[in-house]
Amino acid sequence: MKFKTHISVKSLSVWYGQHKVLNDITVDIPDKKITAIIGPSGCGKTTLLKSFNRLIDLQDGVKVRGKVLVDGEDIYEPKVEVMDLRRKMGLLFQRPQVLPMSIYDNVAYGPKIHGIRDKKQLDKIVQRHLKESSLWEEVKDRLHGPASKLSIGQQQRLCLARGLAVEPEIILGDESTSALDPMSAERIERNFLELKNKYTIVLVTHILRQAKRLADYVIFLYLGNLIEHGPAEDFFSNPKDPRTDAYINGRFIEEIRK
Amino acid sequence: MNIRKIKDSLAQQAMLFLSLFVISLTFLMALALYQRSTPALAIMSLKDLIFSSLWHPTQGQFGLGSFIIGTLWVTAIAMIIAVPLSIMTAIFLSEYSYRRLREFVKPIIDLLAGISPVVYGVWGIIAIVPLVRDYLMPFFSSRFPFFPFLSDNYTGYSVITAGIVLAVMVFPIIISVIEEVLRTVPLEVREASLALGATKWQTVKYVVLRKARPGIIAAIILGLSRAFGETMAVLMVAGCALHVVTKSIFDPAYPLPALIANTYGEMMSIPLYDAAVLLAAFILLVVTTLFNMLGWGILLYVERKGM
Amino acid sequence: MDKRKIEESIFKFFMIFSAIIVVGSLVFILAVIFWKGISALNLDMIIKTPKGGYYLGKEGGILNAILGSLVLGIGATLLALLVSLPLVFYLNLYLGKDSRLAATVRFFLDVLWGIPAIVYGALGFTLMVFLGIPASLLAGIITVALLIIPIMSRSMDEVFKMIPFELKEASLAMGATKLETAIKVVFRQALPGIVTAVLIAFGRGIGDAASVLFTTGFTDSLPYSLFKPVATLPLAIFFQLGTPFPEVQQRGYAAALVLTAIILFISILSRVLSRRLTRHVIK
Repeated sequence: MKFKTHISVKSLSVWYGQHKVLNDITVDIPDKKITAIIGPSGCGKTTLLKSFNRLIDLQDGVKVRGKVLVDGEDIYEPKVEVMDLRRKMGLLFQRPQVLPMSIYDNVAYGPKIHGIRDKKQLDKIVQRHLKESSLWEEVKDRLHGPASKLSIGQQQRLCLARGLAVEPEIILGDESTSALDPMSAERIERNFLELKNKYTIVLVTHILRQAKRLADYVIFLYLGNLIEHGPAEDFFSNPKDPRTDAYINGRFIEEIRK
Repeated sequence: MNIRKIKDSLAQQAMLFLSLFVISLTFLMALALYQRSTPALAIMSLKDLIFSSLWHPTQGQFGLGSFIIGTLWVTAIAMIIAVPLSIMTAIFLSEYSYRRLREFVKPIIDLLAGISPVVYGVWGIIAIVPLVRDYLMPFFSSRFPFFPFLSDNYTGYSVITAGIVLAVMVFPIIISVIEEVLRTVPLEVREASLALGATKWQTVKYVVLRKARPGIIAAIILGLSRAFGETMAVLMVAGCALHVVTKSIFDPAYPLPALIANTYGEMMSIPLYDAAVLLAAFILLVVTTLFNMLGWGILLYVERKGM
Repeated sequence: MDKRKIEESIFKFFMIFSAIIVVGSLVFILAVIFWKGISALNLDMIIKTPKGGYYLGKEGGILNAILGSLVLGIGATLLALLVSLPLVFYLNLYLGKDSRLAATVRFFLDVLWGIPAIVYGALGFTLMVFLGIPASLLAGIITVALLIIPIMSRSMDEVFKMIPFELKEASLAMGATKLETAIKVVFRQALPGIVTAVLIAFGRGIGDAASVLFTTGFTDSLPYSLFKPVATLPLAIFFQLGTPFPEVQQRGYAAALVLTAIILFISILSRVLSRRLTRHVIK
């Protein structure tokens, strides 16, 4: 099966100070599909994800070698406008990070900082994206209440709406259902499935079942190295690397959890 | 075994006593000062003592009004100068500088906090008084002959002089509290804003500062309290002229702490003088304590909420 | 897009400007004190006491004030240590993290820290009258000790809070009493922090004038008795600057330089000691 590529990673290596976090990763992320990045904790999954929107730039002493091409252009070229790049991607964190403002202002934050001032336009944007993340019905009567008062599942859907409000092309999720109760987690997963026809979605997850449920394409990282990747069906039924086989069948010795 | 236990228990009781002592110290201070100032309250009502500007100790008039106004002038100017500079510096340290720069600047701020207030006064006399007298006052008073600039005080010892010196003294506390508060804002919420394509400054302005707002207010309140109570440095450069109505930042002022300090020699010779002065100290205690409780209370509340 | 960048640049400029003003103030102050003080400073000043007429321009020095301040500072610091150390041990070792008593004590320590020095001076004065102590070294020591207890306790508390709970647990698990754990285990771990706290408090104590104004009096002689007045550097500076004689004022500048030098020295000493002692500490 041939996929159209949206993000193309070429020989990417990332260091935080002396510590090499990602080692020579080369992989293509297919367009308008759900890609899952899996692997044991601490193996660089989040780093790979955050290298797509250059959030890793925030770390002290970060060094990047290699290329990440989005729509054909290397995003690590000095002339790239980082803010525009980040606008193209929405990021959901593990713990929902609502901004300290009202529900309405949370969703309107993105468009506002990119210059949209017209109230009518903003109203439309807020409504549209709250509907897109299935939150509209629950909050339409208290749009100007504080976002912090929402339940954790609602907060994550709010973050989704907020991310969608800047009209991205790519949605990134970093363990975005791990902190939620099962019902809310399921809702978010359903959202992802509905959205994948419009957006390219990349999800980091340590829940194998979730990867099996959602992914069209799977990437397996271990200790910063790319072990295996491929279309989900082939990946789960016919893993080529013995380590992959061990991991997806639960025979991996997990590191001691903190 | 028993001896060890007895030692332990004794120690525990002693420490409990110390804890209770600390808690009650504030109230004990208030009580002691109040008790010593009651003679003054016997001859003048509290309202008169605070609001009247008639200060003639030999005639039994102890209106503290003009001293309170002097304190307000000096404190206000100091805060106007210190608050913006402190907030900007704290944001710079917390959001825009590298670790090495931060480690260089923070000890400097600690050093500023450690310098003796009298030395600040000396600096004020040597450096700031001439600055005001020879440059600021003539320039502003002639160019802008109206409130709050117009003045006929050509000595250089004035509200603005005290305000400048006080502002520098107050930098450390405001900066350090704000910087600590900013540090508690989690990295992820900043990342969330940046991930939407915001600039660093937009993130600071709309997200970080908003989250830190109660803490910033607390910092300002604590700085205010410090400015209110500073004695020696202000005493040396504010002018301390009796019977002058302060109408300009270039006029002299006689703040309340300075009054308390200056009268140490004459206190016992004039009847009721010591009571009036101790009443002034009592007022100072009450005001600063209220401010402090408010400031620390806000910080405690923010800390609890964040958990 | 450009508008956002311009706004960011403007504020960045203000931030750097503010930081420069703050740092520059310190440099400015130190430079002024050093420059003005160094010209009047000579060996005589440091090793002699004032002879008659010192305040009118005759010869002598400020040894009375230097020694007076040091003795007062050390006395007050020791007295404050006597209160702060047990108090902080108690807060951290005996009372749990959720103890309301501990939270209340900490809150009031913060409040006490913010009470102006002049109020402590007035309190000291009241105590003197009440206890019948004359203006003296003893009165000064008590007053300054009260003044610096909050800052010493706060600093120590910060350090103690960081000591991992497991360390205390390990000691208690071996059957030690809480007191023994305190002395033998925690103390060593917290030593650098304690030293720093003590030095900070000392610096604060010797630099303060408002608290000693009413309580220590002033004298030309060296400190020789707890019940006699004692000279302090801050007051010496204050009085010398208050005279109309330029030569005496110059001496005031020199005294300011001496005081600042002492405080600077203590500051550097505390940093160096803290770094040295931290080597033996378990992280």
